[in-house]
Amino acid sequence: MHSFAYHRPKTIAEATSKRAADPDASYLAGGMTLIPTLKQRLANPTQVLDLSAITELKGVSVANGIVSVGAMTCHADVALSADVRKALPALADLAGAIGDPQVRNRGTIGGSLANSDPSADYPAAVVGLGATIHTNTRQISGDDFFKGLFETALEPGELIVKVTLPIAKRAAYMKFANPASGYAVVGVMVADTAQGVRVAVTGAGACAFRQADMEAALAKSFTVAAIKEIVISADDLNADMHATAEYRAHLVGVMARRAVAAMA
Amino acid sequence: MIKISLSVNGTERSGDVEPRTLLVDFLRTQLGLTGTHVGCDTSQCGACTIHLNGKPVKSCTMLAVQADGQNVKTIEGVAVGDEMHPMQAAFKECHGLQCGFCTPGMVMSALGIIERHKGDHLNEAMVRHELEGNLCRCTGYQGIVNAILMGAKNMGVKVI
Repeated sequence: MHSFAYHRPKTIAEATSKRAADPDASYLAGGMTLIPTLKQRLANPTQVLDLSAITELKGVSVANGIVSVGAMTCHADVALSADVRKALPALADLAGAIGDPQVRNRGTIGGSLANSDPSADYPAAVVGLGATIHTNTRQISGDDFFKGLFETALEPGELIVKVTLPIAKRAAYMKFANPASGYAVVGVMVADTAQGVRVAVTGAGACAFRQADMEAALAKSFTVAAIKEIVISADDLNADMHATAEYRAHLVGVMARRAVAAMA
Repeated sequence: MIKISLSVNGTERSGDVEPRTLLVDFLRTQLGLTGTHVGCDTSQCGACTIHLNGKPVKSCTMLAVQADGQNVKTIEGVAVGDEMHPMQAAFKECHGLQCGFCTPGMVMSALGIIERHKGDHLNEAMVRHELEGNLCRCTGYQGIVNAILMGAKNMGVKVI
């Protein structure tokens, strides 16, 4: 690791003003990506701003049809929350399937979303459930948040404060996990929401995206049969040592059908 | 250098660290607690698992400064005096190890599993699933799983 200075701000304002004063400073959430990145010397921040002491960034609440998750809430706290389990079990399932128990005790929703790893799970929840990202300056629709590979709509220094997820009528998340890392080779969230059916795919493309043809078919008939004939194009999908683009395209169909079947 | 103070195995400890010092390196080199191992150094293997405020985490993927003011428990803090913890005794009884390198992390993760399921129940499939953050390169998993189930039983968790 290169050397850097370390600060642990107590408030959002203190964190954002320190970051504004130093464009080469880096926020540290759970550190499950940033610390390995630092260890490999792939990042070289002048200072690390550890967000763990900002209490207003932590916690889960459920009220008025909305699940609200603070940016610094760890995956285990979402997965094991009785309120989340009751209101939006697909979200608890998704959080409980990230990484491994040790990673879930450190990794956070805000860190995962800001990182926009193409194989991360939470982007499927944000896009699939029609969530809103609340930052220190504005609200960003989940549909507009992910811009590409490790790229989001966040401005430099902008800090995610919380994520609000509307409670779906029913929803399910299925993923084909990489057996070594737990990352999604492909993950699909299917949700039947007040705003219609949403199908969000992670792992397959540069960032999470919606599968419009499946949404239209499921809106007409919420059955496995309705999407069985839909062929997913491999164009622009990810290919790496774990899976070809064609295999990922195939998995999008399989995971979507499994998600619909799980709600039958 | 930053001065940090933390509770380690119930004792207040302090030291001067660089911000980039990893928690596992602080524990091993500055406090001499070499029971916590570094296996992969890439957050995969879990040999460095310790408890931070009662929860298992990988100490190779945390800065030592992040543990300032927190509660840390390492494998050295598990036994009571000369008496092995029931989970350690179960690992011995079931021979839940081959070379032993992964064992401290396995025990710390096992205690996390027990903590999450006390008052509930455990079975073999649950133990295997929840051990996904720990690797044994000798592949001695059968003995490890047996040990955790025996330890669980001896700690009052219903095993089915």
